[in-house]
Amino acid sequence: MDLWNYLEYAAWGASALFGLFIVLNWIKTDSTYSEEFLTSSREGELEALTEEQHHRG
Amino acid sequence: MAQAQQTEHVGLARVLGPAHVWALGVGIVLVGEYMGWNFSVGKGGAYAALMACWFAGILYTCVAMIDSEVTSTVAAAGGQYTQAKHIVGPLMAFNVGLYLVFAYTMLEAANAITFGFLVDTVATMSGHSGLDQRPFIILAIMFLAWLNYRGVLATLTFNLVITAIAFTAVIVLFLATSGVVGVSPLRHAELMSGAAAMPYGWLGVLAAMHFGLWYYLGIEGTTQAAEEVRSPARSLPFGTLAGVMTLAIAATLTWYVCSGLMPWEYLGQAGVPLFDAARLSGSTFLMVFLGIGTMFATLASANGCINDASRAWFAMARDRYLPGWFGAVHPKYRTPYRSIIFLVPIALIFALGAPIDQVITFSILSGLLEYTFMPLNIILFRRKWPLETIKRGYEHPFHPLPAFALLALCGMAFFAVFLGYGTQLVAMIAFYIVVSLWFHFWRYRFVNRGAQFTMPWPKPKGY
Repeated sequence: MDLWNYLEYAAWGASALFGLFIVLNWIKTDSTYSEEFLTSSREGELEALTEEQHHRG
Repeated sequence: MAQAQQTEHVGLARVLGPAHVWALGVGIVLVGEYMGWNFSVGKGGAYAALMACWFAGILYTCVAMIDSEVTSTVAAAGGQYTQAKHIVGPLMAFNVGLYLVFAYTMLEAANAITFGFLVDTVATMSGHSGLDQRPFIILAIMFLAWLNYRGVLATLTFNLVITAIAFTAVIVLFLATSGVVGVSPLRHAELMSGAAAMPYGWLGVLAAMHFGLWYYLGIEGTTQAAEEVRSPARSLPFGTLAGVMTLAIAATLTWYVCSGLMPWEYLGQAGVPLFDAARLSGSTFLMVFLGIGTMFATLASANGCINDASRAWFAMARDRYLPGWFGAVHPKYRTPYRSIIFLVPIALIFALGAPIDQVITFSILSGLLEYTFMPLNIILFRRKWPLETIKRGYEHPFHPLPAFALLALCGMAFFAVFLGYGTQLVAMIAFYIVVSLWFHFWRYRFVNRGAQFTMPWPKPKGY
């Protein structure tokens, strides 16, 4: 066992940690918020709002 | 939760500036200067590689100009997919969206493979043999996916730092070897004369075009940041055009240094030519600096690819071109988190199970199909919405000359690819025809037809 063997194990471990964080946060997010809210993003929202304000102004 | 839901909707965060756009575009591409471009030397010699570098430079300047004009008016995620949707039509948009996702996911996989190879090279140089590359390949993908998941500002600030270091390494190598500081070890006259000048004649120049694309492949990815930049009309043209200029400089310097240090027969098949050039310079500092630059360029490219592929997938899902489930935005991090997660296993499968040349060819071909769509896109855009009808953040000059030049250069590049990878080209076109039929006869019924056109544009001319 030399340094590179330890680095291999460290890389496996770090990969698992990053993956675990993503999966746990994903589950938590999906169970906390409603599907309607999570998928509420619409294209061009800001532009439409700016245009609306421009017309009002 | 309650506070967040009071706002009733959640979208991507507008937090980026022009420097992030530059970092996204150049970050994806700069790895092409560190490796890959040199196969063009193998196809036709050093002069052919330089001609390919500049022809490809013209092609990508046209791409950057056309993209900058259209994107400065379409400030939405999805880049060319969204442009195609608004300007050409749903079937073209579906295809362009897939080109984008495949081009970037395959490039991400190729970068991860390269990262594993680089770690193995360092291990071998330090006396260790038989390193298992897999944990390092997986770590690269998982770390960058985590970074992308956590927010776009940190992701692209990270890209800005590592891309700037990788670019600086190229400049330092040039300054150290060109004779500006000290004696130059470059031997252009000796290495590029006689039979070595143009070993395969003009056909070699044409064949070199295939790999000449590597100097710039991916710069068009800047448009994916459109929904997350604070000032799209200003930042996107500025970041994209500054990016293509940076790459033209980096490409020319890279060619100059490498072709002056290595004979074309070696350079044409080298795995990491800039790193090799640094080793040949005899300076340990340069060797370490360029080694770090190679690794950073690889990570920056993979990082940008995750960002871009996930935005394209997200935008398609938001319009229901794909299942709407993928169109979710993380309420805290404001990222398209489900699209990021979905593409991770796909990248891992290709990174661990496919040969790198096939992965890269699939990426290049998807990119080429995307560039072929751009001339059509800009011609229709100018015709349907002339300059006086929509205010652009940038108006590209000499229209329609760049569009026709781009079309001609794409034709040349397709022929060059056909010479080396004809079977893959035909197989991929067949794949896109099959998925187009699936979209037309099945998927299109689910598309959110009314809600997908939300830009406050006037009606097209003649409507």
